[in-house]
Amino acid sequence: MKTYSDLEYLKLSKGKKFLYKISRFFCSIPQKILGLFVALWNLIKKGCSKVKEEAVDIFSTFVNGDWKTKVSFLVMGFGNIARGQILRGLLFLLFEVVFIGYMVLAGGYWLSMLPSLGKVGPSEEYDFVLDAYYTVYNDNSFKILLYGVLTIFFIIAFIYTWRVNVRQNKLAEQILAKGKKLKSGKDDLRSLVDDQFHKTLMALPLTGILIFTVLPIVFMILVAFTNYDGAHDGYYSNLFGWVGLDNFNTMLNWNVNSGGSVQSYAATFGEVLSWTLMWAFFATFTNYFLGMFVAMAINKKGINLKKLWRTVLVLTIAIPQFISLLYVSKMFAKNGIINGFLMSMGWITEALPFWEDPTWARITVIITNVWIGIPYLMLITTGILMNIPQDLYESARIDGANPWQQYTKITLPYMLFVTGPYLLTSFTGNMNNFNVIYLLTGGAPTNPAASSAAGTVGYTDLLITWLFKITQGAESQYYLASVVGILVFVVVALISLVVYNVLPSIKNEEDFQ
Amino acid sequence: MSEKNITNPMKRHMGLKTSRAIGNTAIYALLICISIIWLVPFVCIVLQSFRVELKGPVGYVLPKQWGLDNYKALFQTDFPRWYANTFIAALVTAVLQTIIVLCMSYTLSRFRFKMRKPLMRFMLILGMFPGMLTMIILYRVLKDLGMTQANAVPGLILVYIASSGMGYYVSKGFFDTIPKSLDEAARVDGATRFQVLKKIILPLSKPIVIYTILTAFMGPWGDYVFAQYISFGTSAGMNVAVGMYRWLNKDQIAASYTMFCAGGVLVAIPVTVLFMCLQKYYVEGVTGGAVKG
Repeated sequence: MKTYSDLEYLKLSKGKKFLYKISRFFCSIPQKILGLFVALWNLIKKGCSKVKEEAVDIFSTFVNGDWKTKVSFLVMGFGNIARGQILRGLLFLLFEVVFIGYMVLAGGYWLSMLPSLGKVGPSEEYDFVLDAYYTVYNDNSFKILLYGVLTIFFIIAFIYTWRVNVRQNKLAEQILAKGKKLKSGKDDLRSLVDDQFHKTLMALPLTGILIFTVLPIVFMILVAFTNYDGAHDGYYSNLFGWVGLDNFNTMLNWNVNSGGSVQSYAATFGEVLSWTLMWAFFATFTNYFLGMFVAMAINKKGINLKKLWRTVLVLTIAIPQFISLLYVSKMFAKNGIINGFLMSMGWITEALPFWEDPTWARITVIITNVWIGIPYLMLITTGILMNIPQDLYESARIDGANPWQQYTKITLPYMLFVTGPYLLTSFTGNMNNFNVIYLLTGGAPTNPAASSAAGTVGYTDLLITWLFKITQGAESQYYLASVVGILVFVVVALISLVVYNVLPSIKNEEDFQ
Repeated sequence: MSEKNITNPMKRHMGLKTSRAIGNTAIYALLICISIIWLVPFVCIVLQSFRVELKGPVGYVLPKQWGLDNYKALFQTDFPRWYANTFIAALVTAVLQTIIVLCMSYTLSRFRFKMRKPLMRFMLILGMFPGMLTMIILYRVLKDLGMTQANAVPGLILVYIASSGMGYYVSKGFFDTIPKSLDEAARVDGATRFQVLKKIILPLSKPIVIYTILTAFMGPWGDYVFAQYISFGTSAGMNVAVGMYRWLNKDQIAASYTMFCAGGVLVAIPVTVLFMCLQKYYVEGVTGGAVKG
């Protein structure tokens, strides 16, 4: 592929410039992938050298430190207490005691069971007194996995704290050597609302995220490598165990015929994924352009009652979505208001199959989503439209540009530039738009070919609603759900990565301040 | 084009005026159409909630016989319980979530510490996992803690607020617009970081605080998935969305469709009233937040 210099590039015609840009982009893909690997390699190298650095630092602290420092390597916080920083020292000591106590009493057990996820399942025992069988529950795979992960988290936290403890001894020695005073417990408490205020503020939110998001996500990623489902719930029915990459094999292998049904999981996944992408594309862009159109119509000079029109649309945001969506889904039903109205007007003789025919259903879903989405987009675009400098339009008018030209040359480029990141998040948000699909159609109409052992799959099912259905009912194939969840993540991450690399407006957030 | 206009300025003026008038009429027509389309479903819900003669879905809108039967029937079901569940969850969530979100966004906007960028990137990546996936495990953990089914409300609140720190984008965008020089001036005068937040930033942040409270309050009213997982088929622990969803099942719709409409009206009223009062702040939040992405 020929590369042009700047001067040559400027001489090209418009179409050629565009083609040139596109081909340049595709040519640069291998380079970018290579760049990614190089960056990854550098990261690993950096990490290795960092670990080495730390190890050397710890070692030299031990060798050069005084006896207080040396004892601190075993008894955390000893150095702090010996040097008068009682509060810090006690906190370190407390943490160590709690950690050792936990590891001895519980952590060791969970960790030792982690490789097997439990050995003894529930068993039937005979009770001689009552002359009846009863069930004895033994190991709990679910808890083993959960607490196993938690224990690993705890160990990492301990290593980090231990490292901080060592570093503090070194710093304290240096400060004392210079003849300065160490910070007292009072100073430490004061800094929590001053210099270290960010730590105080973030302690609660980050703990919540760690326990309720990070831990469950790590857990669910691990579940993808087990056979955790309704029949193997790990305690009441059967234990579950590690199965390696089997689940990914099932999901991604085109040739495996799952349980005698019509289609392999891979084919079903492909079908649902293609509709998910199609839906996300149409849902995002129909909303975007129609919302912008409505905003421009309301903002046009000479239109009165601007506030009234806006309020009418904004009002619909206030009403909880489940009411409006469920109601609209019944409006479009065979015996619903819309079919009733059309028939009473004599325009149709038979009810239209809004939810029964695959193509009709998909189009109706997208149209209903426009109804839901336009008020938001109207609000968002109104704000941005007002920010476009009016003299741009002024000079365009003087140059004789018609409204369409003004739109394509000024409004649209400006909007796309400013809302680029928003479009991306709204695209990925639509891919996971559970509410609209589930409350409108529940995935119907059923796709008989795609429905597999993982329950019924419909033509309007997104990956996220499919995932939800997999986890429901007696089968509850959680392992499959977590495979789907991981694949959703991969798709979303890939799209975001590509868009962020192509988008012109990767903004420097500091510019706004 | 321009030459012709210059030779006859009068004609050009007239043409513009008439074409603008036609254009404006078309836009008015369009706006009226839009308003009708957007309002019709809600008018229909209200009208059908007063229908007495048939309880199932029908093809006409105006009731043949008006009455409050459907509203009375609501109180013979578990609806008051669901309503109370949702209301309590929404109220508590509004308070706690606002505190968490504001802490997080203020920190990320104002402080520059070593882990800031990696933390933001990490939360961005976390957000790409479908949140529903975490419910599978949270349900079992909360069940062990006794916070599911009939006692779903505390569990539900916990789930709503626990990860709300990840939704810091909009309010961070707002804090970014408050000049940093204000903080610095106060710091020079000897104020601690906490005093800066309390005495300078918070008084300026009324719009974003109200926006955060409003969105946090509205979230639980519309939530279906989390409430469905945690109540797990136990009527006493459901919220309005999960409870009323069942009324539209195939086997119940013929008997409870109009009741659904009546319930819908009752659910929508408080949220809508609150929203209309605070609409100004909502609009500010949405328009300000989206530009930042």
